[in-house]
Amino acid sequence: NKTSDTMGKKLNKMAFGFNGVTEDFLEELMIVLLESDVGIQTAEKICDQLKTTVDQYRYVTFKDVMAFLMEIMQNIYLESTDAPIVMNENGPTVILMVGVNGSGKTTTCAKLTKLYQSQGKKVGVVAADTFRAGAIEQLARWADKLGVPCIKGRENGDPSSVLVDGCRYAKEHNLDILLCDTAGRLQNKVNLMNELAKMRKVIGREIEGAPHHVWLVLDSTTGQNGLSQAKIFQEVTDVTGIILTKMDGTAKGGIVLAIKDVLHIPVYYLGLGEREDDLKPFDLDLYLYSISEGIRDVG
Amino acid sequence: MAFESLTERLNKAFKNISGQGKLTEKNMDDMLREVRLALLEADVNYKIVKDFLVKVKDKAVGQEVYTSLNPSQMVVKIVHDELVALLGEKEATLNFKESGMTVVMMVGLQGTGKTTSVGKITSLLKRKYNKHPMLIAADVIRPAAIEQLQTLGKEVGAEVFSLGTETDAVETVRQGLAHAKETGADIVLIDTAGRLHIDEALMEELAKIKEIAKPDDILLTVDAMTGQDIINVAQAFHEKLDVTGLVVTKLDGDSRGGGVLSVRSITQVPVKFIGLGEKMEDLDVFYPDRMADRILGMGDIMTLVEQA
Ligand SMILES: Nc1nc2c(ncn2[C@@H]2O[C@H](COP(=O)(O)OP(=O)(O)OP(=O)(O)O)[C@@H](O)[C@H]2O)c(=O)[nH]1
Ligand SMILES: Nc1nc2c(ncn2[C@@H]2O[C@H](COP(=O)(O)OP(=O)(O)OP(=O)(O)O)[C@@H](O)[C@H]2O)c(=O)[nH]1
Ligand SMILES: [Mg+2]
Ligand SMILES: [Mg+2]
Repeated sequence: NKTSDTMGKKLNKMAFGFNGVTEDFLEELMIVLLESDVGIQTAEKICDQLKTTVDQYRYVTFKDVMAFLMEIMQNIYLESTDAPIVMNENGPTVILMVGVNGSGKTTTCAKLTKLYQSQGKKVGVVAADTFRAGAIEQLARWADKLGVPCIKGRENGDPSSVLVDGCRYAKEHNLDILLCDTAGRLQNKVNLMNELAKMRKVIGREIEGAPHHVWLVLDSTTGQNGLSQAKIFQEVTDVTGIILTKMDGTAKGGIVLAIKDVLHIPVYYLGLGEREDDLKPFDLDLYLYSISEGIRDVG
Repeated sequence: MAFESLTERLNKAFKNISGQGKLTEKNMDDMLREVRLALLEADVNYKIVKDFLVKVKDKAVGQEVYTSLNPSQMVVKIVHDELVALLGEKEATLNFKESGMTVVMMVGLQGTGKTTSVGKITSLLKRKYNKHPMLIAADVIRPAAIEQLQTLGKEVGAEVFSLGTETDAVETVRQGLAHAKETGADIVLIDTAGRLHIDEALMEELAKIKEIAKPDDILLTVDAMTGQDIINVAQAFHEKLDVTGLVVTKLDGDSRGGGVLSVRSITQVPVKFIGLGEKMEDLDVFYPDRMADRILGMGDIMTLVEQA
């Protein structure tokens, strides 16, 4: 897994001349964590916990330390339990995709469509990004390719009214899942965030309990701003999960560990490319393993 | 997340050592640790931070503290000035050809704002420079990328050349340039598909486009929200293409934008434009001092220091 190459090599280098968990070692570890965008707060927490753990032993090998490290990161992630993705039993499950500009919402709608189709579900998509040039067209293309209905509104029209149409269509046609694509918005834009809150409310009036899921689509290249994104989107729309995109690059997406640590939002899927098949369920062990890969060989 | 301003942090770090009139190597280290944290929180790449701090330390150690500035203010000033220097000149414009058709090529990671920036720059060229731009839709990968550019082209009043998604990007550019010459365009902007810096085939495609288009400017779009990895991205794009300028997008957000510093350090090319929104007029020139303030998470504190 190339996403972990640099980090693996780094830690690998640290294995040579390992001399216990010294100040230097912790400093190096800190760098490694920061370079994966984990952020200072969470990185410091990990380093502190590692030190505390190791202090309980008289002698530790490099392998021990790495095992502790993995456990600590795992515990940080698992401190809050992840709700499983529950589908609505009494009608369509409505999933609202939210996030900042260009993070991968529309593409992820396509990927999820493909995934749920493969599970035998009847899927539809709603083009509620009426703002960005070519956004409706983009989702419509995907829908065509995947053979699912795409509920569209007018360009520059009210996104909430498109969502109402979408919900009604879903009920009438007995869809299992309705994926709602929304326009990208930066979290500090109050008007746009209010618009999102309104969309949420409107959907709830059409289908009971909707939206059943609100997924924040987060670009893995995002730095510390990801925390602010998660915080504000959560406040406004009750984000229930994160989809981490562009994990096929060299960014490590460490910010989601910080988000989980501080805001307890689980990660459900990883985006691994631009095609409809490039989606994988998030696997914590794999994610952390990819961070620790290369270290284990040294032992 | 409210970030503690650097000055507050430095004051804290300096509490124990105040009363000394000089910045010494010893009292500097505590303060530099705080500067380091502030820069890392702002997403400046770790390696860049390290080099930067060496420079700051060299500058600062041994300096007499101005009477009106306490040592932490002094450090802030040095850090700030050094950041401004690193961020480079302001108001760098496009490399317009003296005569003939100027060619600009937009490159970058997926979703960073290439297509939108092409539209914005086109709008600026028409409004402020009285140019006749033509756009080439060379993203045949992303669904509806061509339609997106066509919509923007219509909005800003520029022709968009496209051969659809069946013709590859290189051929589209080749024919697009010929068409631009025929129609008398004086500047051509090429919108390319977003790509990962590790995608060899697609990076090679950019090199081919560069070869036939011989662009006067190759602009790399950088999302202001990017984190540590941007250093790898910038390096790869610059190595392959020798980019000539940067467009920093999404600065209307609340990110600290430290990635800009990383990219500047790697490429040494100027930031030619900044994106401040989704609309066609949301483009501005780059102000290094404002960017430095932003990276340090400071507003009015700096003006106080300037007055001192
Ligand atoms: N490499 C890679 N590219 C991706 C991934 N997900 C999305 N992209 C690309 O990122 C770019 C932006 O994706 P979109 O789906 O349009 O993003 P968006 O969030 O809908 O964007 P806006 O609607 O403009 O806010 C496109 O070029 C996608 O092909 C991924 O997992 N990996
Ligand atoms: N808020 C804000 N949004 C921006 C800015 N620049 C671009 N965007 C938005 O970011 C998203 C992606 O922009 P695009 O221009 O499609 O990005 P791109 O690099 O062409 O994307 P691909 O072609 O898929 O690689 C869109 O939603 C744009 O409206 C900016 O300066 N501020
Ligand atoms: Mg979209
Ligand atoms: Mg584009």
